[in-house]
Amino acid sequence: MNYQFDWSVLWSGQTGAWLWHGFLVTLELSALGWLVAVALGVVSGALRTVPLAPLRWLAAAYVEFFRNVPLLVWMFFWYFGMPPLLPAGLREWLLDHSAEFWAGVCALGVYHGARFSEVIRSGIHSIPKTQLEAALSTGLTMLQAYRLVLIPIALRLIVPPTTNETLNLVKNSSVALTIGVAEITFQTRQIETYTARAFEALAAGTLIYLALCLAIATLMGRVERRVAIPGMIARGHSGEA
Amino acid sequence: MDFQVITDNFNFLMLQGFVGFGSFAGGTLRLAVPAIVLGFLLGTMIGLARLARSRWLSIPAKIYVEFFRGVPLVMVIFWFWFIIPTLLGRSLPEYGVALTAFVVFEAAYLAEIIRAGIQSVPRGQVEAATATGLTRASLMRHIILPQAVRNMIPALVTQFIVLLKDTSLASIIGYVDLTKAAQIVNNREIRPFELYLFIAVVYWLCSYAMSSYARRWERAAG
Repeated sequence: MNYQFDWSVLWSGQTGAWLWHGFLVTLELSALGWLVAVALGVVSGALRTVPLAPLRWLAAAYVEFFRNVPLLVWMFFWYFGMPPLLPAGLREWLLDHSAEFWAGVCALGVYHGARFSEVIRSGIHSIPKTQLEAALSTGLTMLQAYRLVLIPIALRLIVPPTTNETLNLVKNSSVALTIGVAEITFQTRQIETYTARAFEALAAGTLIYLALCLAIATLMGRVERRVAIPGMIARGHSGEA
Repeated sequence: MDFQVITDNFNFLMLQGFVGFGSFAGGTLRLAVPAIVLGFLLGTMIGLARLARSRWLSIPAKIYVEFFRGVPLVMVIFWFWFIIPTLLGRSLPEYGVALTAFVVFEAAYLAEIIRAGIQSVPRGQVEAATATGLTRASLMRHIILPQAVRNMIPALVTQFIVLLKDTSLASIIGYVDLTKAAQIVNNREIRPFELYLFIAVVYWLCSYAMSSYARRWERAAG
């Protein structure tokens, strides 16, 4: 292999700014997607455990459908498939305000929401049944019991699998490059196109992802130690991308 | 909404895009099936290497797994797409690039599942087998692996479903899988809603079939 490395392409000219901008977009996209995913995940995960069958089916249908279709397809669906169905005014507004970014947020949020849902559900299942019974017997309604007792405990139990899912979400945000969101992978390709320095550009992008994942894992490790409930851990479900 | 576009292009979408018969190099199944088989083989080797007594095996295997689990698949596909031509001095077809990327990437995830499965076999089994005089290799083959595989089935099937869904990413380097086929049809017909909904249903059916087959198998093996 006779390849002349030239690492200076990473900071000369515009490339440094591109990488930095891409890093920020990845952070924004992941953060917003994460908020949507956690909100959808908590609601649908909790609904899957309630003693009312139609609500359980509804939540199960959401999870099963969105989880079993590739994220890329959801990206295309939200970016190309949805806008023609929207009212003209909203469509125009979106096209002027980076529609691809919002489509990316929707795709990530809804897809990972279905995956977070499974995590939350296993968290709620791992809480002893007596907690719910005790909550109800103190006079709380079912809604209050979920809101004040079960969900707060579940959230504290599921930090380890949530870390895993968060890392998956950050890595999956790279799929948004297919609809033109200028995140890190997109910028890496752009640098490759402009400088023909594939190796250096890809190494930079890879290192940024590794550093980002390491930082999130470390941060979540701290959160995990802080919120852990002694003697209780969530069972099952983790892993896989 | 007009689903005529699906029936008109059904053969292209399903035969070319999904299965891989046609004039393009493509096919979701043609990529996913070899990727699952080869990824499983490589993943087994790496998973076993992680459990090896020798540090020369276990540490590189650990680095491999941690590294690939920290990088997006899209990035890995681009590496192979741009770097294989530099290394070999000639370009590789999309199929070769995509298959290499999937095998290398998914092996890291499969290795973790296999390691966890092997570690789930009770210690007493290993001790008993060693006491009867089995060698380490036949202990692995006759005692540990048969039990470990049974414990791994749910996680393995989940990972195979993930892999099947991930093959859609091969479309970004121009491999004509189901997703790319839908894009090609859409460029001509401009029916994004119907087309992307249709392929979503196809992917869903595959995933659903795999997971319900696994559940049946699990019960039968259980």
